[in-house]
Amino acid sequence: MSANERSFMQRIWDFFCSLKLTISLLITLAITSIIGTIIPQFPNIDERYWGTISPTKKALYEQLGFFDMYHSWWFLALLALFTVNLIACSIKRLPHVFTFVSTPATILSEAQQKIFPARDLKLTGSLEENKQCLVNLLSKEFAAPVVTQVDHHYHLFAQKTPWCRLGVYVVHFSIVVIFVGAIIGSLFGYKGFVAIVEGETVNAIQARNGKTIPLGFEVRCDQFTVSFYDAPGGGGPSKMPKEFKSIVTLTENGREVPGYKHARLIVNEPLTYKGITFYQSSYGQANDPAAFFFAVRNRENGKVEQVTLRPGAQTRLTDGRSVSIVDLTDEPGEGLAATLQVTGAGEPQFFKVYKEQPSLDELRGDRLVFTFTGTDARMYTGLQVAKDPGVWVVWIGCIMMCLGLCIAFFMSHKRVWIVLSPGHARVFGNASKNQPAFQAEFEALVEKLHSQNI
Amino acid sequence: MLSAKLFNITTIFYMASTLAFFVYLAGRNNRIGLSGSILAWIGFAVQTVATGLRWKESYDMGLGHAPLSNLYESVVFFAWSIVLIFGIIDAKYKYRVIGAFVMPFALLGMTWAQLYLPADINPLMPALQSNWLTYHVITCFLGYAAFAVACGVSIMYLIKARSEAEGSDAAGGLLSIFPPTRVLDELNYKAIMVGFPLLTLGIITGAAWANYAWGTYWSWDPKETWSLIVWFIYAAFLHARFTKGWVGKRAAWLSIIGFVATIFCYLGVNLLLSGLHSYGGM
Ligand code: HEM
Repeated sequence: MSANERSFMQRIWDFFCSLKLTISLLITLAITSIIGTIIPQFPNIDERYWGTISPTKKALYEQLGFFDMYHSWWFLALLALFTVNLIACSIKRLPHVFTFVSTPATILSEAQQKIFPARDLKLTGSLEENKQCLVNLLSKEFAAPVVTQVDHHYHLFAQKTPWCRLGVYVVHFSIVVIFVGAIIGSLFGYKGFVAIVEGETVNAIQARNGKTIPLGFEVRCDQFTVSFYDAPGGGGPSKMPKEFKSIVTLTENGREVPGYKHARLIVNEPLTYKGITFYQSSYGQANDPAAFFFAVRNRENGKVEQVTLRPGAQTRLTDGRSVSIVDLTDEPGEGLAATLQVTGAGEPQFFKVYKEQPSLDELRGDRLVFTFTGTDARMYTGLQVAKDPGVWVVWIGCIMMCLGLCIAFFMSHKRVWIVLSPGHARVFGNASKNQPAFQAEFEALVEKLHSQNI
Repeated sequence: MLSAKLFNITTIFYMASTLAFFVYLAGRNNRIGLSGSILAWIGFAVQTVATGLRWKESYDMGLGHAPLSNLYESVVFFAWSIVLIFGIIDAKYKYRVIGAFVMPFALLGMTWAQLYLPADINPLMPALQSNWLTYHVITCFLGYAAFAVACGVSIMYLIKARSEAEGSDAAGGLLSIFPPTRVLDELNYKAIMVGFPLLTLGIITGAAWANYAWGTYWSWDPKETWSLIVWFIYAAFLHARFTKGWVGKRAAWLSIIGFVATIFCYLGVNLLLSGLHSYGGM
């Protein structure tokens, strides 16, 4: 390699190691990230959006990858450059830091003696006695010192938590770990959705990219229920769901999976089997109801009769009268309600029975009390399905980042040197963080050495 | 409700505290400066009680959740966090004048919440019924509050640095009670050193919750993305101190821009952009 080439390579290396590049990249990432929060992102683009922008704009945005910008080549390239910067910087600095931590400067250089704060101690007794005394005191009050003899001086060096200088690198490494976790997840995992009608079974799900993915086992939805908050003021149920819950059973090779029979699946309480996790996310009605079920209680003899009504047909009750549905409503706040007509002796009666308010019909005062018990409509449960083998790597990275930040910000590498000569000692101190707090600690230490040495 | 009355009293204390700090700024009477801090602390104590009461009231109503779930509650908690972080710095460093640049944020929050935001205790939709909500909101807002303090200190830094450059800060001038620029720079850095880990934890708890509730820890929705933008800006700030040419004024500007982005992340995203978050509906 010619000198010219070497200096060229050197310049490239310096470019990748530079903190100016880091700051530029962080600011560029911050600014470009805004784009995707203003322009709608695939796959959540509303059809109506296309009408609001011109075709040239659309073509331009498509070219630039703005509709899926966080996965566009240039954004990924920025992230890659960021990672290279991070790794290059660490490769350049880490060896120095390691040397610094593992082989500390046990003898202060002249230059350092000038910068670090210093205090003088006047000593009596012999040099050896003084040394022993200072070693004991330092060990007790600060940390065990390393003693080096140079001519007629002793150099004592003691330090606390030198490894906390590595905290910054733990933070930086954690970012790489999180990226690795994210890449594992996107290569070997998937996100998808499945809707299961009550009583039915599925063995595959629909991935986000439209592909059907077999699960390797079956999921049956045994039951789906939703409960609502009571509306303010104590009226019936409001439309705000309080909880929705699926009861599911997993089967594999025709057998029920132990521990997954009638398993509960609610929002914020997912269910995981074989690395695949199901999340309760939505629900709906699978079909319009055709049959409506009522319980009819006869006040006189207490007998209860179960009847099934279908709109447009009359049903004969045991007491001789006939009942039919004349209207159905489903109002918010009121829920499903049926207007019934009862004919027989005398005037026909019309009244409304609410599904959500079972005891209301008591108030009508008739011999027969109707309770709306249900319909043949079935619910479906909507489940998000995710497989992400990289998620644990991401969490490990996150924990490392938090620990690393605490080490980097709230711990300090503290060092104390004592240069001991006959009858005299000079104490130096230095801390990597929070100088004012260290200054106080240092003064207190010197004070102790002072008062106990004489 | 009693808690609502107490929140009103809190607002009055914060207003009195802000006024006292302004008078202190103008007159440099140390007693008035001290009274500013004391008023802030009393307001803080009243607000703490009020928050506890509101929590209890939500249980009495059968809803039972921490008072951190809608815009009103979050703005109030934000004000509380700002006073907490200010109080810690005040107790530790005794540069009282910082109050004149920090308490207005708390006052603004409380006034807006009390006058314009619906204060009802609402039921929570199922996705929000999670302890992660509490961890997530507390860490995020304590972080935001530290950034608010950093922003106030940065504004002071810029004012002071400018007057020093012009040489107009004669002894006895209005700015003589400002801490020296070196100290302001240090306080700015300290506040961000507290805010940054909290924001990081806030983003992580948010991701953990999203993963727990619907299986994706990161989906680039506008709220998440903006929190990451804020994070990038403060990361740039942290590295600025190791880079020649980026210390001092530029770092102060980064801190101010960071706080503007924080406020956008908190309010702008919901009011101007759409997202998954609960405060969206107001
Ligand atoms: C391309 C990316 C990055 C590079 C090259 C880089 C490089 C550096 C360097 C050289 C230092 C100074 C270490 C020292 O001498 O003490 C540093 C400090 C630091 N970095 Fe980074 N960094 C990067 C990204 C990040 C990110 C994204 C974070 C976010 C958490 C971060 C967090 C920190 C922290 C907390 C410090 C310590 C700051 C302080 O003690 O004031 N770094 N970084």
